[in-house]
This record gives sequence, structure tokens and C-alpha cells, in this order.
Amino acid sequence: MVVLAKSLEDRIDESQKLGLQVIKESEDDRLMTLNVGPQHPGSGHFRFTVKVDGDYIVYADPDPGYVHRGEEKMCEYRNFIQNIPHLERPVIHDSTNITYSYSLAVEELVGIQVPRRGQFIRAIASELNRQVYTLYWLAIYGIFLGHSTMFMWPTGDRELFIDLLEALTGARVTHAFNIPGGVRNDIPNGFKDRCLRQIAYFEKRLKEYEDIFYNNPLLRQRTEGVGILTKEDAIKLGVTGSVLRASGIPYDIRKAEPYDIYNEIDFKVQYMKTGDSFARSYVPFLDMRESCHIMRQLLDKMPESGEVRSKLQPNPKGAPGEAYRRVESGRGALGYYIISDGTPKAYRVKISVGSFRNMLALPYLLVGAKLGDMPSIYWSLNYWPVEADR
Amino acid sequence: MLKELVNPTHFNVLMGKLGDVLVKALDQPLGYAINWGRIWSLWPVHLETACCSVEFGAASGPRYDVERFGIIEAFGSLRQCDLIVVQGTVTRKMAPRLRMVYDQMPEPKYVIAMGACAITGGLYIDSYNVLPGVDGIVPVDVYVPGCPPRPETLIQGCMLLQEKIKRSRIK
Amino acid sequence: MNQSTENRSNSNFQSSSLAKSKTDTQAKNEPESSFEKKLVSEITSKFGDNVKVSYIRPLRMKIIVNQEYIVEIATFIRDSLGFDHAESVAGTDYPKDNKIEVIYHLGSYSRDDLAGHILALATHTSRDDARLPTLMNVFKSVEYHERETFEMLGVYFEGHNRNERFLLPEDWADIPPLRKEFRIKGR
Repeated sequence: MVVLAKSLEDRIDESQKLGLQVIKESEDDRLMTLNVGPQHPGSGHFRFTVKVDGDYIVYADPDPGYVHRGEEKMCEYRNFIQNIPHLERPVIHDSTNITYSYSLAVEELVGIQVPRRGQFIRAIASELNRQVYTLYWLAIYGIFLGHSTMFMWPTGDRELFIDLLEALTGARVTHAFNIPGGVRNDIPNGFKDRCLRQIAYFEKRLKEYEDIFYNNPLLRQRTEGVGILTKEDAIKLGVTGSVLRASGIPYDIRKAEPYDIYNEIDFKVQYMKTGDSFARSYVPFLDMRESCHIMRQLLDKMPESGEVRSKLQPNPKGAPGEAYRRVESGRGALGYYIISDGTPKAYRVKISVGSFRNMLALPYLLVGAKLGDMPSIYWSLNYWPVEADR
Repeated sequence: MLKELVNPTHFNVLMGKLGDVLVKALDQPLGYAINWGRIWSLWPVHLETACCSVEFGAASGPRYDVERFGIIEAFGSLRQCDLIVVQGTVTRKMAPRLRMVYDQMPEPKYVIAMGACAITGGLYIDSYNVLPGVDGIVPVDVYVPGCPPRPETLIQGCMLLQEKIKRSRIK
Repeated sequence: MNQSTENRSNSNFQSSSLAKSKTDTQAKNEPESSFEKKLVSEITSKFGDNVKVSYIRPLRMKIIVNQEYIVEIATFIRDSLGFDHAESVAGTDYPKDNKIEVIYHLGSYSRDDLAGHILALATHTSRDDARLPTLMNVFKSVEYHERETFEMLGVYFEGHNRNERFLLPEDWADIPPLRKEFRIKGR
């Protein structure tokens, strides 16, 4: 009935042709409205309504905000340092990256620079956290597609990375490790060897993941050719992260705008050209493999000694002005726009998150897809509802 | 009389009454056995309210594996569940949904408040959109502190709940 | 930023003093932002006085435009300069000046030399009757961002198909929360 991989306009026309926008109840008999979430095995803290015509989705409308906690308003009542613990809660399993760009923006406002060793430790923590996030995402993707092994394996391997982060920062998931001026503490003894052992083990495991999950014919059938996002649509919708890279655009903030020491690191931006659910689920996997490669270089190049943080004055004041800094998180570009008016508190903090931007692609991909493809499309968008709601 | 019995509403009421009588009769000799059955098959609703769901997910993973304590990771209908683990912050938008889920569950049902946000509002106590604790909308059996609680703490909370069920009279 | 990071790491940065770092960045910013200046001058030469340049830094530019010309200027930025998507739309309330600033951070995926650049396109509206023309027809990606700005700051976007509730609860009956007169209880 509906052909996939069309341009955006065609799709909108098509959905309008199918009679979605303003139909009266009586004419709407053929369509059935389904409510997905927030209590649903799949959707998590997120709700969307879909209208189905038989097995095909003809309309989808996301309704986020179930975890909207007013982070941006809270930032106006706390000083720059006090903001860190609550700002990492939106992505509890990627907490180093979400405070990374915040620290960069505050450093620009306060006018402080991070010592070289501190930059390396930040990058190591960031890459470890990227693995933790992506493994959790992969585990849930396994559940969504009914592949229980793929829940168990990544959850188990994720604990090993969490152990490393726990040794480094002292907490399982909420680290509050990046602070303006550097990182909170130095690496513990023997951390480098532990890291290298873990990377070697994990690279072996990645091969097994590929065999059991990505080369699984059932998974391929359920994801290949499903929910195709073309390159033009991806640009137009402004999606980011793995969703963008799966559509054939090799864009990574670490390459486009290298922060801290990433311009000394040699790595390739992983991307695929097909833009279907399979590509969107495979690109994070390739990122994990690349991340191991990055981590080896970071551990190798890290200076043996030195300071890890520049001392800030207590209650630092930002220079009047504004800063917009981004990092590449597990879900794509994560930017902070901070306006400071010369006081210790920010005048306005805007968090530009990848999940919120990727959500825009959801209605466009779901329209025309089968209802059974909904889980594989939804979770392949690398969407974390708590982050989108902030 | 017979016509009234065949009427489905009356029939349901009668069966309910019969059930009550049966439970009372069985309480003394079989209460322990019924509670024993309940504590080893607690089915939590899959209702995630905030970020503690990550640690709940980790608790069902291979390292912590709550299933060995009888907390079964449920991916089914809430009408077959008997436990809500309120996983973190409850916002004003989520609160009516949480209550609705609680109302739709069959008796007996238990609630675990997981995380500081579910207990008092936690870090978000001064946010404009967050409830200061869930005990205003659902009756909480066990509080599990932490932000987020480690999976071990969650397991301990579940075991406390099992202890509580073991000692309570069956309904 | 990019270049300063490079220099910082080459000079084997050890100690940090506030004054030193400030002079460092200032000294380096001057010659390097010529590309950004060229980009902004393309806009200013076309639209003249309707565009006010706020700042030009390495990789970051901000221009402030009048709301009557914003659609025109945004179309020019998209078609001629190659900025093809919006990363974020942030509204800020300034009760002292009785205005709300809405700022679009535009980025580019299609041009490689613009990959790290962010052009901030800002416009103002009055607080009492906050209305702005929507940029949805120019940048599709602002759809949800504008909807959020409407909800959080009460800015009505003319031409946007859904100026309605998005993140807040359905029964929200207070003023938009990111306005400055909205105070958190007890703070």
C-alpha cells in the first residue's frame, strides 16, 4: 500500500491523502487509534498515538514530557558547580558526556583551561561511558526484537565497564566526574592495565555480538529495509548521532569540532548508507568498536603525571556573555547554550539534546510502516525519553 | 431466583462472596502456603517513571539477576501483575497514569518506591513539575533509598517486601 | 576553540592562571575568524542595516535580525550559505528590557567546511504580545523546538501548525515556566 524511502513531501502528501488531518469520526471508522505507552513493555517513559489502517500505520504523534523535570529552570537557581549533579540525571547511563559539554561551556565563560592530563582522563571516562550507554541501548533493542540473549550479554558486559568507571569515579552510574576546570580525581593505580584487559576482552565479545545478533537472519528480516530515512530527509529533519550517520552523512562532533584532545586522536567516523533500521542499529555497534580503538590511543598517549584539574575560585563567576558548546554523546550532538550575566548563577541554560532532535524523525518513519515494525523503528532512533524531556 | 443467578452481575457478586468465604476458611490452615506462593512470583509492572529504570534493568541482568529471588521481569499485561516498582521521579504528568495503573491491577498489590525522587522528590524537590514523593498517590510498602539505588539495594528492598508478605494475613 | 585547543596542547599546558588564559584566547581569536567574518559579511552586504552582528568568534557567529525579515534572511542563509538544519531553539526572557529573545542555532551537514560552525540567528519580540513568524517552512527541524518555546515562554509562532501543549502536563494552568516572573516555590 505504501512505498517506503520516499522524500518527506511525498510522505506528508501520502499521509494526508490517506485522510489523517481533519476527518470526522464517521469517516474515520476504518482507522483505529492505538495508544502506546507510557505503561507499555516497549515505550518506556514515553507515549505516542498511532492510527492504523489494517496493519499499516498512517499517522503517528509523539507525546513526550512524562519525565519533564524542569532542569532548565532549576539551573537558574543554582550556581555553576551545584548544577552538575542534577544535570547528569537525564542520561543517567551516559552521565559523563552530558556533563562534558556543560563543563566546556562553563570553562569558556569562566575563562579557565584544563590541564593536559585532565583532558585525557575526561576523554577516557567519556569513551567508557559511551560503551556503557550503547550496551544498555543494545540490550533494550534486543528485548524489543524478542532476542533475550541480546539483553543478557550486553547487560553482563556493561557491568565490567561500570566496574572500571566505579574504580575511576566512585559511583556506579552517576559520576559527577567532569567539573569545570578538569576532572574530580586522578586515575587509580593499575587502571591502565585493567582498561587494556577489558578492551581486549570486549573486542573479542564484539565479534560474538555480530555473529549472534547482527548476522541473525531473523533480525535482518525485521530490520532491513524498514523505516528508511534518506539522506535528504535526515538533513531536513536535523537528526543527529547514529541516526544521521546511518543515512550516509559522516558527521561526528569529535571530528567536526574536536574538543579537548580529540584532534590528536586518529579515528574514522563510522557510517552506513542505507538509512534503514538495520543501519541505525549497526552504526552504534561500529562506534563501540571505534571507541575501543580510541581508548587504546588515549591510554597510550596519556602523560604519566601532571595535574588533573585547574583550581577554580569558590563560587566562580562567569563573564557576561554566552557560550554554546557541543560534544558527541551516545545519542549524537549534545549542546549547552549558557547565558551568563556576570553572577555565579547562569541567566539561562538551554540543553540541546540528541534525543529531542531525533524524535522528529519518529512520525515520519512510522507513517507507512507496519505496526509490527514499530519497535524496531522506535528504538533504532537511539531515543532516550528522559533526556528528551529534560 | 434462578434467573437472577444467571444474570452475570449477580453471578459475579455471588462468586466474589463465595471467594471471600473460601479465603476465610482457608486462612488458618493454608494461609502460609498461599503467601509462600505469592512471595516467589512477584510480577512487577513495566512502568518506568524516570531514570532509576536503568538500574532496574541492570538488576535483571546476569550479574544481579533478581529472578532468583522471585522478582520476575514482566513484559505482560498489568492485569496479571501484583507489584509496582516506582522507578524514580514522578512528574505531574505521570502521576495520574501511575494511579490509573495501580487502580487497574488486581488485589493483592504491592508498591516499592525506588530512589530518592520516589520517596521525597529527592534532587528535584524544588522543581515545578515533580511530586514530592509518591506516597501521596499510592500506598507504599517498601522504600528503597539511593540516587539511584544500587541493584543490591533494590534486591534488599524486594526481600523486605517478601518478608512483609510472609507475615501478613491473606486477603 | 578548535585552534586554541591545539595550541594549548602543543605548549604543554601545566599551570592555569585566569589572566593568562584570557589573553591567550583573545590573541588567537583575532586572525583566525576571517572565514566566519566572510560568512557574516555575505549576510550583512545583502540585508544591510536589518542585520546586527552581535559577535564573531572562531566557529561561532551571532546575528540579531528584526522579526519582519527573519524568514527572508533564514531562507537566504539556507540557500546561499548552506546552513541546513537547526540544532536548538532557545528562548530567553529579559523582563528589564521587556523583550523575549528567541535564538536559533543553525548548523550544516551538507557543507564540509561548515561542519563545526554554528550560526546563531536571534530575534526579539515584546513580552506582552509575544509573536514571531515561524521558521518551520524554512527549517523543518525547528518544528518541535518551536513548540517547546511556545510552551515554555509563551511565544506564539504564527504559521506553525501546532502551537499547543508538548512537555508540560495537560492541566498546566500557570504562566509559562521559563518566564522570569515564574518563581520556584521556596526559592
